Amino acid sequence: MSSRDDILAAIRANLPRVDRPLPHVPLFDDDPPTSLLSAFKDSLHRMGGVFLDPPASGDLLAPLRAKIADAKIVCSTVPEIAGNRDIAGVGVVRDLADVDFAIVRASFAVAETGSVLLSDADLRVNAVAYLAQHLIVLLDPADIVVNLHHAYRRPEFRDRHYACFHTGPSATADIEGVLIHGAQGVRSLSVLPVVRAGDPNH
Amino acid sequence: MSTVREQTDDGAMLHPEQRAEGDPDAIIRDGRRLDHAEGTSKPLRAHPEPQPRGAKVHGNRPVDQQEAAARFIAAPEHEKMHDERLWDLRQKRDREMHGIPEWEELRSLASAIKEHTLTHLDEYLDQFEANASANGIHVHWARDAAEHNQIVHAILRDNGVKSLIKSKSMLTEECGFRHYMASVGIEVIETDLGERIQQLDNEDPSHVVVPAVHKLRTDVAAVFSRTIGTDPNNSDVHYLAEAQREATRPLILNADAGMTGGNFMVAETGTFVVCTNEGNADLSANVPKLHIASIGIEKIIPRLEHLAVFVRLLSRSALGSPITQYTSHFRGPRAGGEMHVVLVDNGRSERLGLAEFWTSLKCIRCGACMNTCPVYRRSGGLSYGATYSGPIGLIIDPTFNARKYSNLPYASSLNGSCSNVCPVKINIHEQIYAWRRVLVEQHEVPLAKRAAMKAAGVLLSRPAAYRAAIAAADTALAHLPRFVIYNGLNAWGKHREVPHPPKETFHSWDHANRGAKR
Ligand code: SF4
Repeated sequence: MSSRDDILAAIRANLPRVDRPLPHVPLFDDDPPTSLLSAFKDSLHRMGGVFLDPPASGDLLAPLRAKIADAKIVCSTVPEIAGNRDIAGVGVVRDLADVDFAIVRASFAVAETGSVLLSDADLRVNAVAYLAQHLIVLLDPADIVVNLHHAYRRPEFRDRHYACFHTGPSATADIEGVLIHGAQGVRSLSVLPVVRAGDPNH
Repeated sequence: MSTVREQTDDGAMLHPEQRAEGDPDAIIRDGRRLDHAEGTSKPLRAHPEPQPRGAKVHGNRPVDQQEAAARFIAAPEHEKMHDERLWDLRQKRDREMHGIPEWEELRSLASAIKEHTLTHLDEYLDQFEANASANGIHVHWARDAAEHNQIVHAILRDNGVKSLIKSKSMLTEECGFRHYMASVGIEVIETDLGERIQQLDNEDPSHVVVPAVHKLRTDVAAVFSRTIGTDPNNSDVHYLAEAQREATRPLILNADAGMTGGNFMVAETGTFVVCTNEGNADLSANVPKLHIASIGIEKIIPRLEHLAVFVRLLSRSALGSPITQYTSHFRGPRAGGEMHVVLVDNGRSERLGLAEFWTSLKCIRCGACMNTCPVYRRSGGLSYGATYSGPIGLIIDPTFNARKYSNLPYASSLNGSCSNVCPVKINIHEQIYAWRRVLVEQHEVPLAKRAAMKAAGVLLSRPAAYRAAIAAADTALAHLPRFVIYNGLNAWGKHREVPHPPKETFHSWDHANRGAKR
């Protein structure tokens, strides 16, 4: 017998003879926060992320430009801002090792946890979100869901091969509980509220 | 990093003398000290001291957990720091629990979903395999540790792999994977900071979530100076972490393959999910072309809607953080890449048939039972001499080797706090007691311990009386109940005196709390 058949046979022989129906999972959304955006911001800050508030000038991209002003290598996958490393030209993943800032757009965000979902479609090359020193994420405030129950109804989890919730930057506190931002991945994660280009609703 | 006076969560400390005056390392945002991931909620400080080592393991002979625990306790700086850090995780977990009105409902759902899945395990595994294969994932089945290692070795050999980067996985520890790979000449590089520290120090992880929690910064400085060439006199944590990042990055970039574990598998989509903080699992999965994930067969759940329940519970229970920094969903290989999942049994199907113990398979390895356990906190994970330590270890280690781990079910005061914090509601302390009985029946237990067992057993058989006894003894979860410690039969009484009698026990607290809510 193959190992597969062996294991399945052993499981069948040992299945507990008890009746355990699958429960219904509610959405737990009876009492949503008044503003999903401010709830998201609070959660993001607790998790070490930074929310870049729109400046009084109304130039939404100004804080982003200020951040990357001194950066050598910027890799952007969004039409709103151009970088100097074209992700379409990346032959091997290693070519992204020297990226200072990666700029991407999130599929959506979760108010409960302060997470942004980045899928393989958002990233183009998945590793860019981990090899870059810093990550800047554009988020349409209309793309925030209240909690993880709503999040898991989104199509990305059925359509994409890779999708990852990023909640703040890469972090560790493995030595004496001292919190470090920039463990093996990005040292900072900033979220910038920018409505999706070409969205007919705006 | 900031001159703003930090606000910290001032939960009671077990060892107030471990509190540092100020904390130049703190990251302050909006006037608050950040304590996400496994960060402490208060500044702690310890004095250097040689690191106590773990249990002495002699083949199949019973591990003497108390002997190793006594050595840990004899190193007060290590013991107090360990106790304090884990208790801090426990307090952060409570804080998160209070922030979620549906917490108890989520625990009940998690338990029910797991029990349903385990009682239909064959069907869901079959479904997962079909869906994952349809998405282009190669699915393999391994009966035991040896077969797991051979399968992975064959994949690596076929791809000409010389070096493998991996993220933390208790399953690969269970399989002795690194030793096996060393024997066939493939270099394995752990990429999680804590796990890398342990690998470089030739020591097992001491905790399922924070593998190097038993070490002080000075211990890490010694390991790194020996292995990656850091300054032996510099134990600054930022310096040490940065040195490991810089030393590991080229190894990541040049690796031929990457390996991860998996926290969950979703049958309906063929997805597996990895929850981490450091970004190292996503580097391991996304930098090399080849990604292998080793996952225990019990990690499966039916649908995405169920995943929400577990992701909400896992990091809150483990770290007191609403979610891990990264929750990664893999449903298929990336363009030009190759993805393998190895489904591992290694005793799990057999455990499913143990009427008293099968629900231990619900475990999501959050470590909350370890963080709350007074015995674990004060003896260190390496004292158990087994892959799994703490309360969860006590109930699964004997299934791997009843003789070798026959002492472990005694490393507990049976106070029940492990069961109270468990996000999937495993009756851990009852299973610990049941193991004592089973091991006595199998004649694996010495006489003195059988007497101790009887004393505890009388109380345990009457839960109400047991709870009353704990309350009357004026103790709480932070400490061992005195009547258990000082009954003259439990070796745990020899090493400790209990400070700061707390105000209420879990059950009186829980009772009052529920009353307030309804
Ligand atoms: S037994 Fe429960 S509390 Fe302990 S690690 Fe497993 S899930 Fe967590």
